[in-house]
Amino acid sequence: MSGDGRPGDMRPLPAVPGERPPKPRPAPVPEPEAAEYWKAARDGRLVVQRCDDCGRHQLYPRARCLACGGPVSWVEASGRAVVYSYTVIRQNYARPFRDWIPYVVALVDLDEGPRVMTNIVGCDPEAVSVGMAVRARFEPVSEEAGIALFEPA
Amino acid sequence: MSAPWRRRAVVAGVATSDYPHLPDFSEHAVHAQAAQRALDDAGLTWADVDGLATTGFFPMYATGVAEYLGLHPTYYDETNAGGASFEVLVEHAAYAIEAGVAEVVLVTYGSVQLSQMGRRLGTGGGGGAAAMAPGPAIYDALWGNTLVGNYALAARRHMHEYGTTPEQLASVAVTMRQHAAHNPMAQYRDPVTVEEVLSSRLVADPLHKLDCCVISDGGAACVVTSAERAADLPSAPVYVLGGAHATSHHLNLSAASDLTVSPAAQSGPLAFERAGVTPDDVDVAQLYDSFTITVVLTVEDLGFCAKGEGGPFVEKGGLALGGKLPTNTDGGGLSACHPGMRGMFLVVEAVRQLRGQAGATQVADARVAVAHGTGGMLSTGATLVLGREAP
Ligand SMILES: [Zn+2]
Repeated sequence: MSGDGRPGDMRPLPAVPGERPPKPRPAPVPEPEAAEYWKAARDGRLVVQRCDDCGRHQLYPRARCLACGGPVSWVEASGRAVVYSYTVIRQNYARPFRDWIPYVVALVDLDEGPRVMTNIVGCDPEAVSVGMAVRARFEPVSEEAGIALFEPA
Repeated sequence: MSAPWRRRAVVAGVATSDYPHLPDFSEHAVHAQAAQRALDDAGLTWADVDGLATTGFFPMYATGVAEYLGLHPTYYDETNAGGASFEVLVEHAAYAIEAGVAEVVLVTYGSVQLSQMGRRLGTGGGGGAAAMAPGPAIYDALWGNTLVGNYALAARRHMHEYGTTPEQLASVAVTMRQHAAHNPMAQYRDPVTVEEVLSSRLVADPLHKLDCCVISDGGAACVVTSAERAADLPSAPVYVLGGAHATSHHLNLSAASDLTVSPAAQSGPLAFERAGVTPDDVDVAQLYDSFTITVVLTVEDLGFCAKGEGGPFVEKGGLALGGKLPTNTDGGGLSACHPGMRGMFLVVEAVRQLRGQAGATQVADARVAVAHGTGGMLSTGATLVLGREAP
Protein backbone atom coordinates (compact mmCIF):
# COMPACT_ATOMS: atom_id res chain seq x y z
CA MET A 1 0.00 0.00 0.00
CA SER A 2 2.95 2.34 -0.15
CA GLY A 3 2.32 5.67 -1.74
CA ASP A 4 -1.45 5.88 -1.46
CA GLY A 5 -3.59 7.24 1.24
CA ARG A 6 -2.51 10.75 2.11
CA PRO A 7 -2.79 14.08 0.31
CA GLY A 8 0.95 14.57 0.08
CA ASP A 9 1.36 11.23 -1.63
CA MET A 10 0.11 12.69 -4.87
CA ARG A 11 2.59 12.63 -7.65
CA PRO A 12 2.55 15.38 -10.27
CA LEU A 13 -0.13 14.85 -12.89
CA PRO A 14 1.15 13.81 -16.29
CA ALA A 15 1.69 16.70 -18.64
CA VAL A 16 -1.27 17.45 -20.88
CA PRO A 17 -0.17 17.21 -24.49
CA GLY A 18 -0.59 20.26 -26.62
CA GLU A 19 -1.06 23.90 -25.75
CA ARG A 20 -3.47 24.76 -22.95
CA PRO A 21 -4.80 28.26 -22.65
CA PRO A 22 -4.38 29.78 -19.19
CA LYS A 23 -7.44 29.08 -17.08
CA PRO A 24 -8.95 32.20 -15.52
CA ARG A 25 -9.82 32.62 -11.88
CA PRO A 26 -13.25 31.32 -11.01
CA ALA A 27 -15.90 34.03 -10.96
CA PRO A 28 -18.85 34.22 -8.60
CA VAL A 29 -22.47 34.19 -9.67
CA PRO A 30 -23.57 37.10 -7.47
CA GLU A 31 -26.62 36.60 -5.30
CA PRO A 32 -29.01 39.57 -5.22
CA GLU A 33 -27.90 40.85 -1.81
CA ALA A 34 -24.23 40.66 -2.84
CA ALA A 35 -24.39 42.23 -6.29
CA GLU A 36 -23.17 45.59 -4.96
CA TYR A 37 -20.18 43.95 -3.26
CA TRP A 38 -18.95 42.20 -6.39
CA LYS A 39 -19.73 45.16 -8.65
CA ALA A 40 -17.80 47.55 -6.40
CA ALA A 41 -14.73 45.31 -6.53
CA ARG A 42 -15.13 45.25 -10.33
CA ASP A 43 -14.88 49.03 -10.16
CA GLY A 44 -11.85 48.97 -7.85
CA ARG A 45 -13.65 49.68 -4.57
CA LEU A 46 -14.04 47.60 -1.42
CA VAL A 47 -17.41 47.97 0.25
CA VAL A 48 -18.69 46.53 3.52
CA GLN A 49 -22.09 46.49 5.16
CA ARG A 50 -22.63 48.92 8.03
CA CYS A 51 -25.49 48.56 10.49
CA ASP A 52 -27.82 51.57 10.42
CA ASP A 53 -28.58 51.02 14.12
CA CYS A 54 -25.39 49.91 15.90
CA GLY A 55 -22.75 50.93 13.38
CA ARG A 56 -21.05 47.54 13.23
CA HIS A 57 -19.46 46.55 9.92
CA GLN A 58 -19.86 43.08 8.44
CA LEU A 59 -18.92 40.83 5.56
CA TYR A 60 -19.96 38.66 3.87
CA PRO A 61 -23.21 40.44 3.06
CA ARG A 62 -26.27 39.39 5.00
CA ALA A 63 -29.87 40.53 5.07
CA ARG A 64 -29.54 42.02 8.58
CA CYS A 65 -26.88 43.03 11.10
CA LEU A 66 -25.48 39.93 12.84
CA ALA A 67 -24.98 41.87 16.07
CA CYS A 68 -28.36 43.54 16.57
CA GLY A 69 -30.58 42.57 13.66
CA GLY A 70 -30.74 46.12 12.35
CA PRO A 71 -30.90 47.10 8.69
CA VAL A 72 -27.60 47.45 6.83
CA SER A 73 -26.24 49.81 4.18
CA TRP A 74 -23.16 49.64 1.97
CA VAL A 75 -20.23 51.90 2.85
CA GLU A 76 -16.80 52.15 1.29
CA ALA A 77 -13.96 50.57 3.26
CA SER A 78 -10.41 51.86 3.51
CA GLY A 79 -8.91 48.75 1.93
CA ARG A 80 -6.44 48.53 4.79
CA ALA A 81 -6.12 45.26 6.68
CA VAL A 82 -3.78 43.08 8.73
CA VAL A 83 -3.04 39.40 8.19
CA TYR A 84 -4.88 37.26 10.78
CA SER A 85 -3.43 34.00 9.46
CA TYR A 86 -1.98 32.65 6.23
CA THR A 87 -0.81 29.48 4.56
CA VAL A 88 1.36 28.82 1.54
CA ILE A 89 -0.49 26.36 -0.65
CA ARG A 90 2.01 23.93 -2.14
CA GLN A 91 -0.38 21.32 -3.47
CA ASN A 92 -3.64 21.89 -5.31
CA TYR A 93 -4.62 19.85 -8.32
CA ALA A 94 -7.39 22.17 -9.48
CA ARG A 95 -6.64 24.68 -12.20
CA PRO A 96 -5.90 27.53 -12.37
CA PHE A 97 -4.41 27.26 -8.89
CA ARG A 98 -2.02 24.41 -9.62
CA ASP A 99 -0.33 26.69 -12.13
CA TRP A 100 0.35 29.27 -9.40
CA ILE A 101 1.89 27.06 -6.70
CA PRO A 102 3.25 28.17 -4.30
CA TYR A 103 0.77 30.93 -3.46
CA VAL A 104 -0.57 32.49 -0.29
CA VAL A 105 -4.11 32.06 1.02
CA ALA A 106 -4.81 34.34 3.96
CA LEU A 107 -7.49 35.58 6.28
CA VAL A 108 -7.16 39.34 6.73
CA ASP A 109 -8.94 41.60 9.20
CA LEU A 110 -10.12 44.81 7.56
CA ASP A 111 -9.55 48.00 9.57
CA GLU A 112 -13.36 48.29 9.72
CA GLY A 113 -13.60 44.90 11.43
CA PRO A 114 -14.77 42.21 9.01
CA ARG A 115 -12.49 39.28 8.20
CA VAL A 116 -12.18 38.05 4.62
CA MET A 117 -10.31 35.29 2.85
CA THR A 118 -8.00 36.39 0.06
CA ASN A 119 -4.68 35.86 -1.65
CA ILE A 120 -1.64 37.88 -0.64
CA VAL A 121 0.13 38.94 -3.82
CA GLY A 122 2.94 41.27 -4.77
CA CYS A 123 5.55 39.70 -2.50
CA ASP A 124 7.44 36.48 -1.94
CA PRO A 125 5.21 33.94 -0.15
CA GLU A 126 7.94 33.56 2.46
CA ALA A 127 7.68 37.29 3.27
CA VAL A 128 4.10 37.06 4.57
CA SER A 129 3.59 37.05 8.33
CA VAL A 130 0.77 37.18 10.84
CA GLY A 131 0.06 40.81 11.74
CA MET A 132 1.50 42.13 8.50
CA ALA A 133 -0.19 45.30 7.17
CA VAL A 134 -1.74 44.84 3.74
CA ARG A 135 -3.93 46.82 1.37
CA ALA A 136 -6.52 45.83 -1.20
CA ARG A 137 -5.86 45.63 -4.89
CA PHE A 138 -8.55 44.63 -7.30
CA GLU A 139 -8.94 42.24 -10.18
CA PRO A 140 -11.99 41.92 -12.43
CA VAL A 141 -13.16 38.34 -12.87
CA SER A 142 -16.33 38.83 -14.93
CA GLU A 143 -18.56 41.54 -16.36
CA GLU A 144 -20.38 41.83 -13.02
CA ALA A 145 -17.73 40.92 -10.48
CA GLY A 146 -14.29 41.73 -9.25
CA ILE A 147 -12.30 40.45 -6.28
CA ALA A 148 -10.09 42.10 -3.69
CA LEU A 149 -6.59 40.69 -3.43
CA PHE A 150 -4.19 42.10 -0.86
CA GLU A 151 -0.57 43.17 -1.11
CA PRO A 152 1.95 44.53 1.42
CA ALA A 153 0.90 48.02 2.49
CA MET B 1 -29.58 13.75 35.06
CA SER B 2 -29.77 10.39 36.83
CA ALA B 3 -33.40 10.21 37.83
CA PRO B 4 -34.03 6.62 38.90
CA TRP B 5 -36.91 6.19 36.48
CA ARG B 6 -34.90 7.22 33.50
CA ARG B 7 -34.51 4.71 30.71
CA ARG B 8 -30.78 4.56 29.92
CA ALA B 9 -29.23 4.19 26.50
CA VAL B 10 -26.29 1.87 26.03
CA VAL B 11 -24.05 0.78 23.20
CA ALA B 12 -24.56 -2.98 22.96
CA GLY B 13 -22.55 -3.80 19.85
CA VAL B 14 -19.68 -2.32 17.86
CA ALA B 15 -17.64 -3.30 14.81
CA THR B 16 -15.56 -1.97 11.99
CA SER B 17 -15.68 -3.27 8.46
CA ASP B 18 -12.50 -4.44 6.83
CA TYR B 19 -10.19 -1.51 6.05
CA PRO B 20 -8.26 0.40 4.74
CA HIS B 21 -8.48 -0.72 1.08
CA LEU B 22 -11.69 -2.26 -0.29
CA PRO B 23 -11.48 -2.12 -4.09
CA ASP B 24 -14.11 -4.84 -4.44
CA PHE B 25 -16.72 -3.21 -2.18
CA SER B 26 -19.47 -0.73 -2.94
CA GLU B 27 -20.06 1.97 -0.35
CA HIS B 28 -23.28 0.25 0.69
CA ALA B 29 -21.58 -3.12 0.99
CA VAL B 30 -19.21 -1.55 3.52
CA HIS B 31 -22.25 -0.44 5.53
CA ALA B 32 -23.65 -3.96 5.35
CA GLN B 33 -20.45 -5.64 6.53
CA ALA B 34 -19.95 -3.26 9.46
CA ALA B 35 -23.63 -3.44 10.42
CA GLN B 36 -23.76 -7.25 10.30
CA ARG B 37 -20.69 -7.45 12.53
CA ALA B 38 -22.07 -4.91 15.00
CA LEU B 39 -25.35 -6.82 15.23
CA ASP B 40 -23.43 -10.09 15.72
CA ASP B 41 -21.38 -8.41 18.43
CA ALA B 42 -24.58 -7.26 20.11
CA GLY B 43 -26.23 -10.66 19.79
CA LEU B 44 -29.08 -9.11 17.81
CA THR B 45 -30.51 -9.67 14.34
CA TRP B 46 -31.74 -7.44 11.55
CA ALA B 47 -35.29 -8.15 12.67
CA ASP B 48 -34.55 -6.47 16.00
CA VAL B 49 -33.61 -3.15 14.36
CA ASP B 50 -36.27 -0.44 14.41
CA GLY B 51 -33.98 2.56 14.02
CA LEU B 52 -31.26 3.50 11.52
CA ALA B 53 -28.84 6.39 11.74
CA THR B 54 -26.23 7.09 9.09
CA THR B 55 -25.09 9.89 6.85
CA GLY B 56 -23.26 10.43 3.59
CA PHE B 57 -23.05 12.87 0.75
CA PHE B 58 -26.54 12.63 -0.70
CA PRO B 59 -29.91 13.85 0.58
CA MET B 60 -32.16 11.09 1.91
CA TYR B 61 -29.01 9.07 2.51
CA ALA B 62 -30.35 7.10 5.47
CA THR B 63 -33.41 6.17 3.46
CA GLY B 64 -31.17 4.73 0.77
CA VAL B 65 -29.09 2.74 3.23
CA ALA B 66 -32.30 1.43 4.83
CA GLU B 67 -33.48 0.27 1.42
CA TYR B 68 -30.18 -1.45 0.66
CA LEU B 69 -30.14 -3.19 4.03
CA GLY B 70 -33.79 -4.18 3.72
CA LEU B 71 -34.76 -2.23 6.81
CA HIS B 72 -38.03 -0.38 7.40
CA PRO B 73 -37.11 1.72 10.41
CA THR B 74 -39.60 3.92 12.24
CA TYR B 75 -36.73 6.02 13.60
CA TYR B 76 -34.15 7.37 11.18
CA ASP B 77 -31.62 10.18 11.32
CA GLU B 78 -29.04 11.46 8.84
CA THR B 79 -27.80 14.60 10.55
CA ASN B 80 -24.66 15.58 8.67
CA ALA B 81 -21.96 17.36 10.68
CA GLY B 82 -19.09 16.06 8.57
CA GLY B 83 -16.54 14.19 10.64
CA ALA B 84 -18.58 14.87 13.78
CA SER B 85 -21.72 13.26 12.36
CA PHE B 86 -21.51 9.91 14.07
CA GLU B 87 -21.12 11.34 17.56
CA VAL B 88 -24.26 13.39 16.87
CA LEU B 89 -26.09 10.36 15.49
CA VAL B 90 -25.25 8.25 18.56
CA GLU B 91 -26.30 11.12 20.83
CA HIS B 92 -29.62 11.42 18.98
CA ALA B 93 -30.07 7.63 19.04
CA ALA B 94 -29.58 7.69 22.82
CA TYR B 95 -32.32 10.32 23.13
CA ALA B 96 -34.63 8.19 20.98
CA ILE B 97 -33.96 5.15 23.15
CA GLU B 98 -34.42 7.15 26.34
CA ALA B 99 -37.64 8.66 25.04
CA GLY B 100 -38.92 5.20 24.28
CA VAL B 101 -39.50 5.88 20.58
CA ALA B 102 -36.94 3.31 19.43
CA GLU B 103 -35.69 0.00 20.83
CA VAL B 104 -32.65 -0.89 18.73
CA VAL B 105 -30.93 1.79 16.66
CA LEU B 106 -28.27 0.71 14.20
CA VAL B 107 -25.72 3.45 13.47
CA THR B 108 -23.62 2.68 10.40
CA TYR B 109 -20.94 4.29 8.29
CA GLY B 110 -19.43 3.18 5.00
CA SER B 111 -17.05 4.74 2.50
CA VAL B 112 -14.90 3.72 -0.43
CA GLN B 113 -13.28 7.10 -0.69
CA LEU B 114 -9.79 5.78 -1.39
CA SER B 115 -10.93 3.48 -4.18
CA GLN B 116 -13.31 5.99 -5.71
CA MET B 117 -11.73 9.39 -5.28
CA GLY B 118 -8.21 8.56 -4.30
CA ARG B 119 -5.49 10.81 -3.25
CA ARG B 120 -6.61 14.15 -4.59
CA LEU B 121 -9.08 14.61 -1.82
CA GLY B 122 -8.13 17.44 0.47
CA THR B 123 -5.97 19.19 -2.05
CA GLY B 124 -8.33 19.65 -4.96
CA GLY B 125 -9.80 22.87 -3.64
CA GLY B 126 -11.17 25.61 -5.77
CA GLY B 127 -10.87 25.56 -9.50
CA GLY B 128 -13.89 25.79 -11.73
CA ALA B 129 -16.06 24.15 -9.10
CA ALA B 130 -15.48 27.08 -6.76
CA ALA B 131 -17.79 29.34 -8.70
CA MET B 132 -20.54 26.75 -8.33
CA ALA B 133 -20.30 26.77 -4.53
CA PRO B 134 -23.78 27.06 -3.08
CA GLY B 135 -24.90 30.42 -1.68
CA PRO B 136 -22.53 32.05 0.79
CA ALA B 137 -19.88 29.33 0.35
CA ILE B 138 -18.60 31.38 -2.60
CA TYR B 139 -16.80 33.91 -0.42
CA ASP B 140 -13.97 31.60 0.66
CA ALA B 141 -14.07 29.51 -2.50
CA LEU B 142 -12.28 31.82 -4.95
CA TRP B 143 -8.79 31.74 -3.53
CA GLY B 144 -7.48 28.27 -4.24
CA ASN B 145 -7.65 27.23 -0.64
CA THR B 146 -7.79 23.52 0.10
CA LEU B 147 -9.14 21.43 2.95
CA VAL B 148 -5.60 21.11 4.26
CA GLY B 149 -5.17 24.86 3.82
CA ASN B 150 -8.07 25.60 6.15
CA TYR B 151 -6.48 23.59 8.95
CA ALA B 152 -3.13 25.14 8.12
CA LEU B 153 -4.62 28.59 8.73
CA ALA B 154 -5.75 27.43 12.17
CA ALA B 155 -2.34 25.91 12.90
CA ARG B 156 -0.52 29.09 11.87
CA ARG B 157 -2.69 31.24 14.12
CA HIS B 158 -2.23 28.87 17.06
CA MET B 159 1.52 29.00 16.53
CA HIS B 160 1.37 32.79 16.46
CA GLU B 161 -0.71 33.19 19.60
CA TYR B 162 0.72 30.42 21.77
CA GLY B 163 4.13 29.61 20.40
CA THR B 164 3.04 26.15 19.31
CA THR B 165 5.81 24.58 17.24
CA PRO B 166 5.86 22.33 14.16
CA GLU B 167 7.67 19.78 16.33
CA GLN B 168 4.77 19.74 18.79
CA LEU B 169 2.27 19.24 15.98
CA ALA B 170 4.44 16.47 14.55
CA SER B 171 4.49 14.68 17.90
CA VAL B 172 0.76 13.98 17.49
CA ALA B 173 1.47 12.03 14.30
CA VAL B 174 4.35 10.21 15.98
CA THR B 175 2.16 9.05 18.88
CA MET B 176 -0.66 7.94 16.59
CA ARG B 177 1.83 5.85 14.62
CA GLN B 178 3.06 4.23 17.83
CA HIS B 179 -0.51 3.15 18.53
CA ALA B 180 -1.07 2.01 14.95
CA ALA B 181 1.89 -0.36 15.27
CA HIS B 182 -0.36 -2.48 17.50
CA ASN B 183 -3.30 -2.44 15.05
CA PRO B 184 -2.82 -5.12 12.37
CA MET B 185 -5.40 -3.41 10.13
CA ALA B 186 -3.82 0.05 10.30
CA GLN B 187 -2.94 1.65 6.98
CA TYR B 188 0.52 2.68 8.21
CA ARG B 189 2.31 0.87 11.04
CA ASP B 190 6.02 1.63 10.68
CA PRO B 191 7.29 4.05 13.32
CA VAL B 192 7.92 7.66 12.33
CA THR B 193 9.96 10.31 14.11
CA VAL B 194 9.32 14.01 14.58
CA GLU B 195 12.15 14.64 12.13
CA GLU B 196 10.49 12.43 9.53
CA VAL B 197 7.19 14.25 9.89
CA LEU B 198 8.94 17.59 9.50
CA SER B 199 10.91 16.44 6.50
CA SER B 200 7.82 15.13 4.72
CA ARG B 201 6.57 17.48 2.05
CA LEU B 202 4.79 20.69 3.03
CA VAL B 203 1.25 20.50 1.67
CA ALA B 204 0.05 23.83 3.08
CA ASP B 205 2.42 25.58 5.50
CA PRO B 206 2.81 24.73 8.32
CA LEU B 207 1.21 21.31 7.69
CA HIS B 208 3.29 18.55 6.15
CA LYS B 209 2.10 15.42 4.45
CA LEU B 210 2.49 13.48 7.71
CA ASP B 211 0.45 16.10 9.60
CA CYS B 212 -2.51 14.97 7.43
CA CYS B 213 -4.77 11.97 7.95
CA VAL B 214 -4.63 9.01 5.64
CA ILE B 215 -7.30 8.45 3.01
CA SER B 216 -8.97 5.08 3.28
CA ASP B 217 -11.87 2.82 2.48
CA GLY B 218 -13.79 1.51 5.44
CA GLY B 219 -16.76 1.69 7.71
CA ALA B 220 -17.94 1.02 11.22
CA ALA B 221 -21.18 0.55 13.10
CA CYS B 222 -22.68 0.40 16.54
CA VAL B 223 -25.96 -0.70 18.07
CA VAL B 224 -27.68 1.56 20.58
CA THR B 225 -30.40 0.11 22.78
CA SER B 226 -31.75 0.37 26.31
CA ALA B 227 -29.96 -0.93 29.37
CA GLU B 228 -32.98 -3.17 30.02
CA ARG B 229 -32.73 -4.77 26.59
CA ALA B 230 -28.94 -5.08 26.90
CA ALA B 231 -29.23 -6.98 30.15
CA ASP B 232 -30.04 -10.14 28.17
CA LEU B 233 -27.32 -9.58 25.56
CA PRO B 234 -23.83 -11.10 25.54
CA SER B 235 -21.60 -8.01 25.67
CA ALA B 236 -21.05 -5.74 28.63
CA PRO B 237 -23.14 -2.63 27.90
CA VAL B 238 -21.44 0.74 27.58
CA TYR B 239 -23.54 3.63 28.82
CA VAL B 240 -24.04 6.83 26.85
CA LEU B 241 -23.44 9.12 29.81
CA GLY B 242 -23.83 12.37 27.89
CA GLY B 243 -23.40 14.07 24.55
CA ALA B 244 -23.47 17.51 22.98
CA HIS B 245 -22.61 19.14 19.68
CA ALA B 246 -21.91 22.62 18.35
CA THR B 247 -21.02 24.54 15.20
CA SER B 248 -19.09 27.75 14.61
CA HIS B 249 -19.31 28.17 10.82
CA HIS B 250 -19.80 26.12 7.67
CA LEU B 251 -17.53 26.30 4.62
CA ASN B 252 -16.34 29.89 5.18
CA LEU B 253 -13.43 29.82 7.57
CA SER B 254 -13.60 33.63 7.45
CA ALA B 255 -16.85 33.34 9.43
CA ALA B 256 -15.10 31.68 12.41
CA SER B 257 -14.41 34.28 15.04
CA ASP B 258 -11.31 32.63 16.55
CA LEU B 259 -9.28 30.00 14.73
CA THR B 260 -7.59 28.87 17.94
CA VAL B 261 -10.90 27.66 19.38
CA SER B 262 -12.95 24.81 17.88
CA PRO B 263 -16.61 23.97 18.53
CA ALA B 264 -15.34 21.45 21.10
CA ALA B 265 -15.13 24.40 23.48
CA GLN B 266 -18.94 24.48 23.42
CA SER B 267 -19.80 20.80 23.02
CA GLY B 268 -17.25 19.52 25.54
CA PRO B 269 -18.42 21.35 28.69
CA LEU B 270 -22.05 20.62 27.82
CA ALA B 271 -21.39 16.93 27.31
CA PHE B 272 -19.43 16.63 30.56
CA GLU B 273 -22.17 18.44 32.44
CA ARG B 274 -24.85 16.18 30.99
CA ALA B 275 -22.71 13.13 31.83
CA GLY B 276 -22.01 14.31 35.35
CA VAL B 277 -18.25 13.91 34.97
CA THR B 278 -15.24 16.18 34.51
CA PRO B 279 -12.27 15.93 32.16
CA ASP B 280 -10.25 14.55 35.09
CA ASP B 281 -12.55 11.51 35.18
CA VAL B 282 -11.70 10.52 31.60
CA ASP B 283 -9.44 7.47 31.29
CA VAL B 284 -9.12 7.26 27.50
CA ALA B 285 -10.04 9.46 24.55
CA GLN B 286 -10.77 9.00 20.87
CA LEU B 287 -10.32 12.43 19.30
CA TYR B 288 -10.83 13.25 15.65
CA ASP B 289 -7.38 13.61 14.11
CA SER B 290 -7.97 14.84 10.58
CA PHE B 291 -4.79 16.85 11.05
CA THR B 292 -2.33 17.15 13.90
CA ILE B 293 -3.62 20.63 14.77
CA THR B 294 -7.14 19.21 15.16
CA VAL B 295 -5.99 17.17 18.16
CA VAL B 296 -4.10 20.06 19.75
CA LEU B 297 -7.18 22.27 19.58
CA THR B 298 -9.44 19.48 20.85
CA VAL B 299 -7.43 18.60 23.97
CA GLU B 300 -7.47 22.28 24.90
CA ASP B 301 -11.13 22.89 24.12
CA LEU B 302 -12.32 19.76 25.97
CA GLY B 303 -10.43 20.98 29.03
CA PHE B 304 -7.68 18.35 29.23
CA CYS B 305 -5.21 21.24 29.36
CA ALA B 306 -5.43 25.03 29.32
CA LYS B 307 -5.91 26.97 26.10
CA GLY B 308 -2.52 27.39 24.46
CA GLU B 309 -0.94 24.46 26.29
CA GLY B 310 -1.98 21.82 23.77
CA GLY B 311 1.45 21.90 22.12
CA PRO B 312 3.42 21.04 25.27
CA PHE B 313 0.67 18.58 26.29
CA VAL B 314 1.06 16.47 23.16
CA GLU B 315 4.84 16.90 22.99
CA LYS B 316 5.27 15.53 26.52
CA GLY B 317 3.41 12.34 25.67
CA GLY B 318 -0.02 13.38 26.90
CA LEU B 319 -1.69 11.32 24.16
CA ALA B 320 0.49 8.23 24.55
CA LEU B 321 -0.25 5.02 26.41
CA GLY B 322 0.67 5.77 29.99
CA GLY B 323 0.23 9.49 29.38
CA LYS B 324 -2.36 11.78 30.89
CA LEU B 325 -4.90 11.08 28.15
CA PRO B 326 -4.21 7.96 26.06
CA THR B 327 -5.75 8.92 22.73
CA ASN B 328 -6.66 7.16 19.49
CA THR B 329 -5.51 3.78 20.69
CA ASP B 330 -6.24 2.23 17.26
CA GLY B 331 -3.80 4.56 15.52
CA GLY B 332 -6.36 7.21 14.60
CA GLY B 333 -7.03 8.82 11.27
CA LEU B 334 -3.41 9.87 11.03
CA SER B 335 -2.23 6.27 10.72
CA ALA B 336 -4.98 3.63 10.92
CA CYS B 337 -7.99 4.60 8.80
CA HIS B 338 -9.72 7.77 7.64
CA PRO B 339 -12.46 7.13 5.10
CA GLY B 340 -13.73 10.73 5.17
CA MET B 341 -16.04 10.88 8.18
CA ARG B 342 -14.19 8.89 10.82
CA GLY B 343 -16.48 9.60 13.76
CA MET B 344 -17.96 6.09 13.93
CA PHE B 345 -14.50 4.59 14.44
CA LEU B 346 -14.04 6.78 17.51
CA VAL B 347 -17.12 5.28 19.14
CA VAL B 348 -16.08 1.72 18.29
CA GLU B 349 -12.63 2.11 19.82
CA ALA B 350 -14.00 3.91 22.89
CA VAL B 351 -16.41 1.03 23.52
CA ARG B 352 -13.68 -1.57 23.05
CA GLN B 353 -11.55 0.25 25.62
CA LEU B 354 -14.39 0.33 28.14
CA ARG B 355 -15.03 -3.38 27.60
CA GLY B 356 -11.35 -4.19 28.04
CA GLN B 357 -11.14 -5.48 24.45
CA ALA B 358 -8.53 -3.09 23.06
CA GLY B 359 -5.68 -5.59 23.02
CA ALA B 360 -2.13 -4.28 23.19
CA THR B 361 -3.29 -0.68 23.57
CA GLN B 362 -5.79 -1.41 26.35
CA VAL B 363 -5.83 1.30 29.01
CA ALA B 364 -5.96 -0.47 32.36
CA ASP B 365 -9.33 -0.31 34.08
CA ALA B 366 -10.78 2.26 31.69
CA ARG B 367 -14.12 3.41 33.10
CA VAL B 368 -14.88 6.65 31.28
CA ALA B 369 -14.08 7.39 27.64
CA VAL B 370 -14.62 10.39 25.42
CA ALA B 371 -15.22 10.27 21.67
CA HIS B 372 -15.05 13.66 20.00
CA GLY B 373 -15.66 14.28 16.32
CA THR B 374 -14.63 17.38 14.38
CA GLY B 375 -16.10 18.08 10.97
CA GLY B 376 -15.85 20.42 8.02
CA MET B 377 -13.20 23.12 8.32
CA LEU B 378 -13.18 22.94 12.13
CA SER B 379 -16.83 23.79 11.61
CA THR B 380 -18.54 21.23 13.82
CA GLY B 381 -17.77 19.43 17.04
CA ALA B 382 -19.59 16.64 18.84
CA THR B 383 -18.62 15.10 22.16
CA LEU B 384 -19.82 11.77 23.53
CA VAL B 385 -19.01 10.65 27.06
CA LEU B 386 -19.24 6.88 27.47
CA GLY B 387 -18.96 4.86 30.66
CA ARG B 388 -18.64 1.28 31.83
CA GLU B 389 -20.93 1.77 34.77
CA ALA B 390 -24.49 3.00 35.04
CA PRO B 391 -24.60 6.65 36.07
ZN1 LIG C 1 -26.34 46.29 14.38
